[in-house]
Amino acid sequence: MAGDEVTLETLHRALPGVKPVGARRQVVNLGDWLFYIVAKSLALLVIVLALLLVADLCRGASEAIRQFGLKFLVGTTWDPVTHQFSTLPTVIGTLVKGFIALLLAVPVSIGSAIFLTCYTPRWLRPVISYPIELLAGIPSIIFGMWALFAMVPVIRVIQIWLKAHFGWFFLFDGPAVYGVGVLSGSIILFIMITPIITAISKEILLTVPRAQIEGMLALGSTQWEAIWKVALPFSRIGLFGAVILGLGRAVGETMAVTMVGGNSFAMIHSLFDPVHSMASQIASEFSEATYSLYVSSLIYAGLVLFGITILISLMAQFLIWRISKGKLALLD
Amino acid sequence: MMKLTSVTAALLFTALSAAAGQALADCPTKGVKELTGAGATFPYPLYSKMFSEYDKACGVKVNYQSIGSGGGIRQLSEMTVDFGASDGIMEDKQKADAKGGAVLHIPTVAGATAVVINLPGVKSGQLKLTPDVLADIYLKKITNWNDKRIAAVNAGVKLPDLTIAVVHRSDGSGTTFIFTNYLSKISTEWKDKVGSSTSVNWPGDVGGKGNEGVANSVKQIPGAIGYVEVAYAKQNKIPWVQLQNKAKKFLEPSLEGAEAAAEIPTLPDNMEVVITDSANPNAYPITGFTWLLIYENQADAAKADAVAQLASWIITDGQKFAAPLDYAPLKGVAQKKAMALVKKIKVNGALVMK
Amino acid sequence: MNRHFRFRKFVEWANWVGMLCCISVSVFFLVAILGYVLVHGASYIDWEFLTAMPVPAGETGGGIANALVGSFLVVMVASLMALPIGIGAAIFINEFPSHGFGRTVRFLAEVLTGVPSIVVGLFAYALVVVPSGGFSAFSGSVAYAFIMVPIILITAHEALRLVPDSLREASLALGIPKWRTIMGVVLPVSSRALITGAVLAISRALGEAAPMLFTAFGNSFWNVNLTKPIATVPLLIYTYATGPYDDWHQKAWAASFVLLVVVLLTSVLTRAFLRGNSNE
Repeated sequence: MAGDEVTLETLHRALPGVKPVGARRQVVNLGDWLFYIVAKSLALLVIVLALLLVADLCRGASEAIRQFGLKFLVGTTWDPVTHQFSTLPTVIGTLVKGFIALLLAVPVSIGSAIFLTCYTPRWLRPVISYPIELLAGIPSIIFGMWALFAMVPVIRVIQIWLKAHFGWFFLFDGPAVYGVGVLSGSIILFIMITPIITAISKEILLTVPRAQIEGMLALGSTQWEAIWKVALPFSRIGLFGAVILGLGRAVGETMAVTMVGGNSFAMIHSLFDPVHSMASQIASEFSEATYSLYVSSLIYAGLVLFGITILISLMAQFLIWRISKGKLALLD
Repeated sequence: MMKLTSVTAALLFTALSAAAGQALADCPTKGVKELTGAGATFPYPLYSKMFSEYDKACGVKVNYQSIGSGGGIRQLSEMTVDFGASDGIMEDKQKADAKGGAVLHIPTVAGATAVVINLPGVKSGQLKLTPDVLADIYLKKITNWNDKRIAAVNAGVKLPDLTIAVVHRSDGSGTTFIFTNYLSKISTEWKDKVGSSTSVNWPGDVGGKGNEGVANSVKQIPGAIGYVEVAYAKQNKIPWVQLQNKAKKFLEPSLEGAEAAAEIPTLPDNMEVVITDSANPNAYPITGFTWLLIYENQADAAKADAVAQLASWIITDGQKFAAPLDYAPLKGVAQKKAMALVKKIKVNGALVMK
Repeated sequence: MNRHFRFRKFVEWANWVGMLCCISVSVFFLVAILGYVLVHGASYIDWEFLTAMPVPAGETGGGIANALVGSFLVVMVASLMALPIGIGAAIFINEFPSHGFGRTVRFLAEVLTGVPSIVVGLFAYALVVVPSGGFSAFSGSVAYAFIMVPIILITAHEALRLVPDSLREASLALGIPKWRTIMGVVLPVSSRALITGAVLAISRALGEAAPMLFTAFGNSFWNVNLTKPIATVPLLIYTYATGPYDDWHQKAWAASFVLLVVVLLTSVLTRAFLRGNSNE
């Protein structure tokens, strides 16, 4: 049989009686069947719970939806006194802060993960990676308090300097002296999501087969070339998953970003303007929302946030699909 | 002879039981050992102290959590808690939605809201503000500290050339309700443009989360002005201003000022009144009650008894814990009317407390 | 050495510096925040803090004992619900591929990571508290489980995906049934990444206060009954941090420090316990 490819088919032809895996029949005995049923039910449970959440949100938002319809998404007034609600400023606030946070977090966290896995001696790894996981577990209120007491004064100084020297640039043409605002909110989000992405990326990078890396090195590549051409493409999809988790946290984070975001309902024009994100607005106003349209509008905002997350996830899926369609063949 | 003896016995019995009843006047008599309450954050420190003492006095554990006035109103409506607490009065629709029927608003204490500032060189209590100036600052019509109108009331105070940074609450709050209620009373422009509620569409600038957030923002931003509960101003040592009350007197926030605000002849029997801009000459203008929300018609006799006794204790024996924690205790007419409300609690039509 | 090689060495060096900068930034914030919590919190901790009940406003001393026990119970029950669901669903998506269904589940999990914790709390309120008529520790566990499942699912899915097929095929070729292949080969091989996911999810749950407002509700007194309101550490931290008293703020920092120690212990202990199985 020299020259034959070793494929599943040839294997199974050689060993009759062993059923093919990955083909239509996937379960062959009682144990497998039970396992399959249990696993499938658990997966179904996830779908059911997600649908229940959406249904609950829709039910809660129904009064606001009937009242405002789609104007809710494009208006700029949020006025609890006159019963006028719309979310465009907070949608923009959420997206801008999340985007900036991600822009900063992705290189830093993946860079850190690469450094941890490829350039750090083995004994040093846990010393750094355990505290990084620890950071992921700090309550958001503590992040918020640290940011307000320790970070915001520093940001304020930076903002004043930026405004003095580059105030003509629209991004820096804002109330620098507040300290709280888009910049502070984005930076605290960046600090909060980096540990998550780093921790997961580290695990993903550690599963790259050593053989592949060593093969590259044996062929004379530098360490970096081995990472760039082998490790990263191999773990591309997993790293994307890590980034998605970080993005989820960035978009849904409430407490920390409320404490340093400035929390204004107006549209933002610069990096220094105060702004609300949708999650922080919902959390801030919910306990005191005194009448049903108010509560319903807040839940409507939650539904809109959910919709935005779906859109972002869809875009991410599309990106993955485009990437994996390309030159993936060499390693999969 | 028999009649006399039985009458004497009856009298003796009544006297004895009255005496015995008096000693345990405010503890639940029908065996309830736990109560749950939810609502306002403003009185939370005081309630935590009161309920700890109540546990010591009566062995009853009252679990109160501060999830916000709105949260308290909602949980009371859903009847997941035994009583609610709120810094604001329930709106008509909320009253209609309450599953247990009519709700009594029983005031427990009053509290003052301080206006705090961050002005280099200006000490606490040094700056004076009139109501119209305060309103216009928050309306963003006065934008710099060296404005003529501020200087007009503050002869001798050096006012720097500094932009005013207006700080407000980003989260809904009873403190905001009291503050905007006051501003609506003294400024028709505020009433028309912004209005009064637990959360409003502020003309500017920065929103801080909670009293802590506002206090910290004011402390950090030069030229800032904000409003916080007196306890936060004191504990964080932030300078506050003197406000001019309805009788044209300038007053710093104080317990006496808050108590005076509650001593007005026009208190309604249902105590659903906001005592801002009080007519009392010694009143501090930004003051408000905080209320316990209890259903007037209860279904469970034991719970009704427990809740009524608790409320009665809070209004009488519990008041001694208020002043040390910077809350203004109920006195005089306010206390009497509050007690009258407690006595209105019924179970199945019968009054719980006589 | 030709020019091209020198260029490649330069690129190597430049990237090493770049990665070093990245890790330095991470470590800098790590030290800044953990250090801040340590400095502000560690001094307040003593045996009383860990074992006493909270005292009311105006009194010093007291502790967070009821919250520590409460958090432990609520998060443990949540993990018992979330771990099987998350890992089980991930196993299903990866080991029993079925085009649309698996992708939908994974997609939904990604979307669910972005739900703000307060919305999750409200959902758990509608699902558990309203039908049962009152607040309970169990409803808090449901809320936490809802937050934990997406994290566990996504991490587990990635971990399973990276187990080489050759291992599976070797096991199957030896005649081992599929389910035992999964349990005995695939899971242990991916265990380290699975544990990371579990630890991340648990530490996230331990730190979330907002979902507890309308579910576990909080309790100033001792309670270990899952059907009644219970105190949790993040909620206590929130209450203390937003209060007016310096003493309360100190307690908030101290409680945060305790929380961090708990997370660290969870991380270290689970790894030490399962060290034998992983494929290092």
